[in-house]
Amino acid sequence: MTEPNMKVNLAGVELKNPVVVASGTFGFGREYGQFYDLSELGGICVKGLTAQRREGNPAPRIAETPMGILNSVGLQNPGVDAFIAEELPFLRQYDVKVIANISGNTPEEYGEMCEKLSAAGVDMIEVNISCPNVKAGGLAYGTKPELAAEVTHMAKSHSTVPVMVKLSPNVTDITEIARAVSDAGADALSLINTLRGMRIDINTRRPILKMNTGGLSGPAVLPVAVRMVWEVAQAVNLPILGMGGVAKSDDAAQLMLAGATAVAVGTACFADPYTPVKVRDGLKELAHKQGLESITQLTGGVRPW
Amino acid sequence: MTVQQRCTIVEAVQLPSGGVSMTFQSHGMAAQIAGPGQFVHVRCGEGLLLRRPISICSWSVEGDLIRMVFEARGEGTAWLAQRQVGEELDVLGPLGHGFQMEPQGRYLLVGGGIGVPPMLGCAKHTGEHNTAILGFRSKDNAMLVEEFATCCESVRVATDDGSMGHHGFVDALVREELERNPGYTAVLACGPKPMLRSVAKVAESFGVPCKVSMEERMGCGVGACLVCACKSADGHQKHVCKDGPVFDSKEVAWDDRT
Repeated sequence: MTEPNMKVNLAGVELKNPVVVASGTFGFGREYGQFYDLSELGGICVKGLTAQRREGNPAPRIAETPMGILNSVGLQNPGVDAFIAEELPFLRQYDVKVIANISGNTPEEYGEMCEKLSAAGVDMIEVNISCPNVKAGGLAYGTKPELAAEVTHMAKSHSTVPVMVKLSPNVTDITEIARAVSDAGADALSLINTLRGMRIDINTRRPILKMNTGGLSGPAVLPVAVRMVWEVAQAVNLPILGMGGVAKSDDAAQLMLAGATAVAVGTACFADPYTPVKVRDGLKELAHKQGLESITQLTGGVRPW
Repeated sequence: MTVQQRCTIVEAVQLPSGGVSMTFQSHGMAAQIAGPGQFVHVRCGEGLLLRRPISICSWSVEGDLIRMVFEARGEGTAWLAQRQVGEELDVLGPLGHGFQMEPQGRYLLVGGGIGVPPMLGCAKHTGEHNTAILGFRSKDNAMLVEEFATCCESVRVATDDGSMGHHGFVDALVREELERNPGYTAVLACGPKPMLRSVAKVAESFGVPCKVSMEERMGCGVGACLVCACKSADGHQKHVCKDGPVFDSKEVAWDDRT
């Protein structure tokens, strides 16, 4: 039997395989590039960028929870200009799609960053309207349909590359935001961002995180991600980059069956840097075992009761 | 080049202090160690998502061995403490930037509590003219003192409760030592942040360079996730895992309370 085709098309961006690494867990690729060739990956969502350099939140910024972690990094990054000058040329040495993740304080800031990044030649822009760890922008845009639409429209009108909007799970009905973003012209959706959470030291009575609360990721959130991808896939006709707790290929397959075109691996890299490569190999094996010609045959293939 | 290996434990010893000394076959990691003060990032069971950063206590390139000395502080290190000879550990390393030491240098090595083990690496992997000042809560918590005595010119101990050596903190002994002999190449220290702050202050008042090994809750251990932030004096955030754990004391924003 011939090898299954692993290529997927995410809003016109062809990924050589459906495994991407999630923004904020992979820096700009330099560190994990010491472990394996970054060209093995389908795509890299880079650390969230802002118009200006940001130092982020005070430490501690991480807390371990049952099958998960909380983080409150707060979008520490060198700023979009430094990314374009210093990090993008490094990533361009590899045969991998570069997806620039951006957060703005105003819709105009999103627009300005999209212009710069489009001109610099990134393959795709992921618009973050769902960071739970910053006061301005971030989550505020992701929980109100009108604001989400406004930011999406601004990003689209200033981009020459496909625009993917990253949705927050911290809402009552994620399909409402998904529809608003879709109507405003988004090319793709990515979900889910982290769920807001908290952990308290019972002896000191202090939260572990200096910011008190943070975003939950890891295997604990996988079922939430699968459910939300499934709901969004039925609500809008846009390709989805599914993420949330993927640690093995079976997890990735669940997200794809729920409706994702591609999947992102994040937190799992901290325990095992090779996770994205293992997920890719596992998906290929699964496709082979199930007699699929193409991995795309998983997408939306769930048979709900 | 950073490596991930499955490493077999060849020695696991309970120390009288309650700590554990564990040595593993390193599959070439030992040969990659640039100097004392680096760490390994160890997977602690399947249920815990985060590895635990453990400082390298000492190592042998010839024997391809890495030794770590740690205490069971939480779930992860408790799991690690129970591992037996012959079991395998999932280890990433060596990671981070350690202490840069000149072979002919003369160092004042200061360790506090679980910050003591990496200082033994400093003592063992340089000349014999170093002085060690070790701080513990009490005599019962004292560890590795005899080993320091075999490779240092002198060893002084301070305990919080006075049950062993000087009654009080290490910075008083650091001051005494520098008054007696200001000719140290540098003061190298590892321990709790308040201890490092006061040791750095003393060293700076004598004009002796001071390097400190910092600690922070860590995620990836390689510099990708940015959680182990340590504010530097210029206002920028550095990261303990990649930029450190060893920093020049003047690089650190000591009064940062945010």
